[in-house]
Amino acid sequence: MIDVITIFVLAIFIGFEVITKVPPTLHTPLMSGSNAISGIAIVGAIIATQLDGSIGTWLGLIAVIFATINVVGGFLVTDRMLKMFKRK
Amino acid sequence: MNLFYVLAGVLFILGLKKLSHPKSARNGNLIAFVGMLIAIIVTMVIGKKLSFEMIAIGMIIGTIIGAFFAVKVKMTAMPQMVAIFNGFGGGASALVAAADFLKNAQHMMNGDMIIVGSLEISPIFYGAIVAFSIFVGTLTFTGSFVAFGKLQGFISGRPIVFTGQKFLNAAMALAMIISIVMMALPSSQDINLLFIVIVVISAIMGITLTVPIGGADMPVVISLLNSYSGIAAAATGFVLLNQGLIISGALVGASGLILTNIMCKGMNRSLSNVIFGAVGGEVEGAAAAIQKLNIKSYSTEEAAMIFDAADKIIIVPGYGLAVAQAQHAARELADFLESKGKKVLYAIHPVAGRMPGHMNVLLAEANVSYELLKDLDEINPEFEDCDVALVLGANDVVNPAARHDKSSPIYGMPILNVDKARTVIINKRTMNPGFAGIQNELFGYDNSIMVFGDAKVMLTQLLADLKDL
Repeated sequence: MIDVITIFVLAIFIGFEVITKVPPTLHTPLMSGSNAISGIAIVGAIIATQLDGSIGTWLGLIAVIFATINVVGGFLVTDRMLKMFKRK
Repeated sequence: MNLFYVLAGVLFILGLKKLSHPKSARNGNLIAFVGMLIAIIVTMVIGKKLSFEMIAIGMIIGTIIGAFFAVKVKMTAMPQMVAIFNGFGGGASALVAAADFLKNAQHMMNGDMIIVGSLEISPIFYGAIVAFSIFVGTLTFTGSFVAFGKLQGFISGRPIVFTGQKFLNAAMALAMIISIVMMALPSSQDINLLFIVIVVISAIMGITLTVPIGGADMPVVISLLNSYSGIAAAATGFVLLNQGLIISGALVGASGLILTNIMCKGMNRSLSNVIFGAVGGEVEGAAAAIQKLNIKSYSTEEAAMIFDAADKIIIVPGYGLAVAQAQHAARELADFLESKGKKVLYAIHPVAGRMPGHMNVLLAEANVSYELLKDLDEINPEFEDCDVALVLGANDVVNPAARHDKSSPIYGMPILNVDKARTVIINKRTMNPGFAGIQNELFGYDNSIMVFGDAKVMLTQLLADLKDL
């Protein structure tokens, strides 16, 4: 238990350190990129499909759909944006 | 096995780190995506009794929907796109927590220890965290959809307020705290009912907390919802004791909070003022408050002559530019001016547009070099020796009242000092005031000139007139 809390707290600090350095020009891609990362719920969704109770498994299916939209859409749209950032 | 989740976490961090420069950013996004693939594959490999049919069906449907919108969406519609993806992320977290709760509900009622993986967890901790996880996830889901509706124009962009709104929100927040506590305490009652109560209140709170927020405050709300989706994922990570979810959720939560803070500073307002203040509506037609300003309205031909004589020009884009889809027209004008040996820069206010960095993305789409996009601190000294500041659909972020008028609702907000330029040319569709419903005294300044009309039409005409000179 203690170790997951440690991981959580350290990850927040790393997050603050890393993200504070992102310049305003890239704030929209940062947002959509980090948004795609929050699609990590897909891991939980995959685990949820193993549940025995039928309702839980169906919730797992919907969760997989939602999380996949988040992951695929998020990374693709971020890539589309970043492709446009050029210097002349 | 957990090492792979740590590896995924490391790749997420590396990816975000590379986002700090436009050159490496695209690689960063790819690295984060690889991290996600690793997390997904590991989960499928180590998982027991997984329903691979369900997973495959879900992923195919999700990929089709996600990819379709990601490829189709216009850059001007990016804020609502991010809002809706965000909502799906929050919804997924809530569903995962709900599914896990349904599995353990009977154990919770018996007061048994809850078995998570190979660990035994106290039902008190489990109950509290699973309830919190469902709460944040559901609130993110409905809140994001309301934000989407507002940005897309399905719901009025104005603040929607009703009497007793604050009381209702406070009552629901209290009910939520009580429900979470009840979920944690051992009880023989039917906690399935409590579960439904939590879902319903969370869903309503997502709506009632988002509807009072006006269009111009959307950058704050989008950032905040982004943070919530991370918190929801991390909370779900505690439910399942999954390091991958905890690390990623914490990163996203931190990222959203930083952006929220930057946006609030950009408006000189506190977070609670944005959420409960119910200002920020683009007040169309409320022109009654117009003071007697001595406004000079020029044609594009007259404006073209001023541009012709100028050496240094700063373009100040605002939400009006996005609405008119005028980013390409602005860049074409800038190209022409540059070809005549003039210097052109862009001034980007942190809260210009509807989400953090909105203007930068639009101008990047129009092929403007990112090195020409300057933020507040960089650009303000540049106005002093600037011949023309061209304001395109921005209003409150250039209102000098923020500097000196203590009675102004936007007093103290950091602004772009366009009034220091020799001439300020302001393009607006009409004379309506901005989000706070206040008139902009800049329009009446001696060095200000208004050119009315749709930004795209105006810029195209201006360019044609410049070429005719």
